[in-house]
Amino acid sequence: MHWNSVSEFFAMGGYAFYVWGSFGLTALVALGEVLLLRGQRQELLKHLRSELLTERSSS
Amino acid sequence: MNTRTIHWFKFAAPQNFYFLAGRMWPWFAALATALTVAGLWISFFVAPTDAQQGEGYRIIFVHVPASQMSMFIYLVMAGWAGFGLAFNTRLSGMMAAALAPTGALFAFLSLVTGSLWGKPMWGAWWVWDARLTSELILLFLYLGFLALQSSIDDPRRADKACAVLALVGVVNVPIIYFSVKWWNTLHQGASVSLTKSPTMAAAMLWGMLIMVLAFWMYAITIALLRVRNIILDRERHTEWVKNALE
Amino acid sequence: MKKLQLRKLGLASVLLAALRREISLAMRQKGEVLTPLMFFVVIASLFPLGVGPESALLLRMAPGVLWVSALLAAMLSLQRLFAMDYADGSLEQMVLSATPLGLLVAVKAFAHFLLSGLPLVLMAPVLGLQFGLEGRALGILMLTLLLGTPTLSLIGSIGAALTLGVRGAGVLLSLLILPLYIPVLIFGAGAVEADAAGLGIGGHLSLLAALLVLSIFFAPLATTTALRISLE
Repeated sequence: MHWNSVSEFFAMGGYAFYVWGSFGLTALVALGEVLLLRGQRQELLKHLRSELLTERSSS
Repeated sequence: MNTRTIHWFKFAAPQNFYFLAGRMWPWFAALATALTVAGLWISFFVAPTDAQQGEGYRIIFVHVPASQMSMFIYLVMAGWAGFGLAFNTRLSGMMAAALAPTGALFAFLSLVTGSLWGKPMWGAWWVWDARLTSELILLFLYLGFLALQSSIDDPRRADKACAVLALVGVVNVPIIYFSVKWWNTLHQGASVSLTKSPTMAAAMLWGMLIMVLAFWMYAITIALLRVRNIILDRERHTEWVKNALE
Repeated sequence: MKKLQLRKLGLASVLLAALRREISLAMRQKGEVLTPLMFFVVIASLFPLGVGPESALLLRMAPGVLWVSALLAAMLSLQRLFAMDYADGSLEQMVLSATPLGLLVAVKAFAHFLLSGLPLVLMAPVLGLQFGLEGRALGILMLTLLLGTPTLSLIGSIGAALTLGVRGAGVLLSLLILPLYIPVLIFGAGAVEADAAGLGIGGHLSLLAALLVLSIFFAPLATTTALRISLE
């Protein structure tokens, strides 16, 4: 462990923008994919359920 | 008859794989999380400060995994593609389609983190070095795959066409990489090279390895989740889907 | 009753007939053949307009610019490769015929080279002069284009087969095959530059030849697979 303080940790020796930018973007992409997939699944289920309902009611 | 053989082929049916994937993904997600935590710990608290690049080099802990995985995923996609063309299985095409967006995103991340690494180290947001340029071309190959898939309406035809594209692509990747390397050494104007990474302390190597594994587990998790959506979408008119909805 | 004398056609004559068909069909629409050539001229002329007429810069840029322009022009007419035959049903006949589809595809790609690649090869020195290239450099430019454009036709046929009948096929085709064109571009333009720098071009030319041989063997295979998929 070689960080003397929390602010030093965040400063990353002056490279804060680049290092946190990279890690931050990666985290964002990962989170984005997960949320997107979850949303896609919910949309699909909703859509398919309503299709099923119309099918059942019309038969 | 070998029961093991039957066991595996059973999961080639989308219906069965749907439920298998549903049981599997939480495990991979847990692995991904654990490995990420361990990897980040090493990246920030164990790996020492680099003599030349200071703290800035820590970007490699996401840059390298992203590059490695973007290439590996393309190989796996091509593998599924070949399998699907050879055995005419529907699931193979779905798996390739499930992997493609993640692979493309990793290629994109690799390029952006590469730029973020290059700017403070070598002063330019982009350098046309062999690896970055090859990564850019790999992104183009991914984008082509995604574009072809979205422009063909019939999912089966789309899968097969993309399979051919993926196989042609995978054969070309070494050729492209070789020619880009050649091109880069010929035009050696810039002496910068992102392949000149800092001399690796053991902790750095460990950090990279664990982050690569973390990205790998993450990719598998996402692919399993995405293929479940794809299966639901494509098999919507089957009985089992209708039953599963309730 | 007169007995019909059906002469069994040998493979060579079938392929030759296919080649003649390609060329005569194309000749009926000369405009479609000439347009890529004119496109080549226009694109190559855009670059000096974009970067300025400074001769040293243009000379430096020439191999790359000319090669990229040729590459784009060669790509323009790829859609026609299968689209017309697909539209009138003759493509299906070809797929179903006894002649190996791979050979028919190779003939089509060769015809494409003759109709679009070869004119580019012949036009290139004229444009090269505009960029200040001279004698030897022009010769090498032509040689690399001669070796490279058949490869472009062969690789392009894969893209044409994959995007058959797909909406937005033209641009999609470009997106798909331009990355695959990159090695040919690198070695083609690289040869002209290497020669200008006094280095040997043997390596470049052998690599271009190797790419050509590779595509002759593998592109028809990929194209026939893609055609069968598109025609299903």
